[in-house]
Amino acid sequence: MCLSIPSKVVKIDKERNVAIVDTMGVQREAGLELMEEDDVKIGDFVLLHIGFIMNKIDEKDALESLKVYNEILEKLDEEDRQQMVIDDDNCENRGA
Amino acid sequence: MMITAKIEVLNMKELQLKDLYDGFRDPEVIKGFAKLIEEEAKKLSHPINIMEVCGGHTHSIMKFGLPQLLPENINFIHGPGCPVCIMPKERIDHAYILADQEDTILVTLGDMIKVPGSRGSLQDIRAKGADVRFIYSPLDILKIAEEYPDKKIIFFAIGFETTTPMTTALIDIVLKRQIKNIFFHINHVTVPEVMVELIDSRDEHIDSYNNRIDAFLGPSHVSVITGSKIYEKFPKEHNRPVVVSGFEPVDVMEAILMIVKQFNEGRCELEIEYKRLVTYGGNLKAQALIENYFEKASLFKWRGLGNIPDSGYKLRPQFADIDAEKIYADILPNEEIEDHKLCICGDILRGMAKPDECTIFGTACKPQSPLGSCMVSSEGACAAYYKYGNLLK
Ligand code: SF4
Repeated sequence: MCLSIPSKVVKIDKERNVAIVDTMGVQREAGLELMEEDDVKIGDFVLLHIGFIMNKIDEKDALESLKVYNEILEKLDEEDRQQMVIDDDNCENRGA
Repeated sequence: MMITAKIEVLNMKELQLKDLYDGFRDPEVIKGFAKLIEEEAKKLSHPINIMEVCGGHTHSIMKFGLPQLLPENINFIHGPGCPVCIMPKERIDHAYILADQEDTILVTLGDMIKVPGSRGSLQDIRAKGADVRFIYSPLDILKIAEEYPDKKIIFFAIGFETTTPMTTALIDIVLKRQIKNIFFHINHVTVPEVMVELIDSRDEHIDSYNNRIDAFLGPSHVSVITGSKIYEKFPKEHNRPVVVSGFEPVDVMEAILMIVKQFNEGRCELEIEYKRLVTYGGNLKAQALIENYFEKASLFKWRGLGNIPDSGYKLRPQFADIDAEKIYADILPNEEIEDHKLCICGDILRGMAKPDECTIFGTACKPQSPLGSCMVSSEGACAAYYKYGNLLK
């Protein structure tokens, strides 16, 4: 009941107080009742829950997390390469 | 092991929807975190048990096989955070009785329809001719009410803080538009009170680090609404760190690393991993809506856990006109009902037993024919074990 996929706002219908959002290619409507007026704009990333937008996704924070993950991978990659060199240097079967 | 960085974000200026999805599920990143956790966990002075309060986390942890990726000294304890699993028979009986009234349509969310009460499930009463409907969103109720102006539409509202504001948003619309045929049976429950209850009830049984809850993984979407502030007392008063985590597997792994680091660095704090959606204060508009229409019920009975003070909501007295519990008070019973003798859902919800310790798990009790509530909802621990059990270590 709680799981939800991030969506992107493609249209806002002020009259009916709903946003049309794109969730992985599927378009659907979401109520704006839980958001402050004019807070949600076209192009915003939002989280939906049972037919309502429950909050906006902070793009800066999301990008920052992805960047940190990338750095972790690069660092581990580097460590792995170093380890391979060490393993190679210590290889007892050299010349076998 | 050769790792190739897959996410090209270093120069990325604009976020795509796909990144929000794939980026937090990337198997390489999950493995990367597993490695960091393993390193960090070597320094732990004792094993730690992390309780994920929320059923959404339980589901994600099982689906992505996270327990296998963790070292021996880090354990998950599955918590009670599935709104369907904690619904006591007494409340389901209310729904059953309400559905059985003339000219009534009973509506509810999710898997609620399959959970057995003492008289049967909502599915059973529907088979006998009652009009019971499962909806995706409370907003769908407006359409039903319009289509059936002569019927009473009763919303059996369930869920944690995550879903509570959506119910109040509907109440707000119903009152403002003066819709006369929608009524509410409120069963919303709150997370911090049950966390306190779990700490207290387990601390009574403490004999070793084995059955202690050492830290909490704070629920994702509850926290989007409430903000992280509701967990402040856990590090301060109960000496348990809380890290609010997103639902994606990378989120969970990152949060675990944050917890382990707290132990190694001698810290006990409230931290947010799910920064892209959770703030300290939360969604204030949603909180104001809840405050406007609801007050705390002095007791709410949780299936398997018993009565927990201040853990549920009810409508404020001035909204008695739409309160199905008040309107139908004469026909809704209040006696306590025992759970199934063999079902150990209570211990599972307390995190004191794992589903496969139940003698009828997977035999007499299966998702197709559930005896206990933890087997009904896909968020329930028993259902998650049944579906993904082969991934366990
Ligand atoms: S397997 Fe079924 S009966 Fe056993 S604890 Fe889980 S829900 Fe209860």
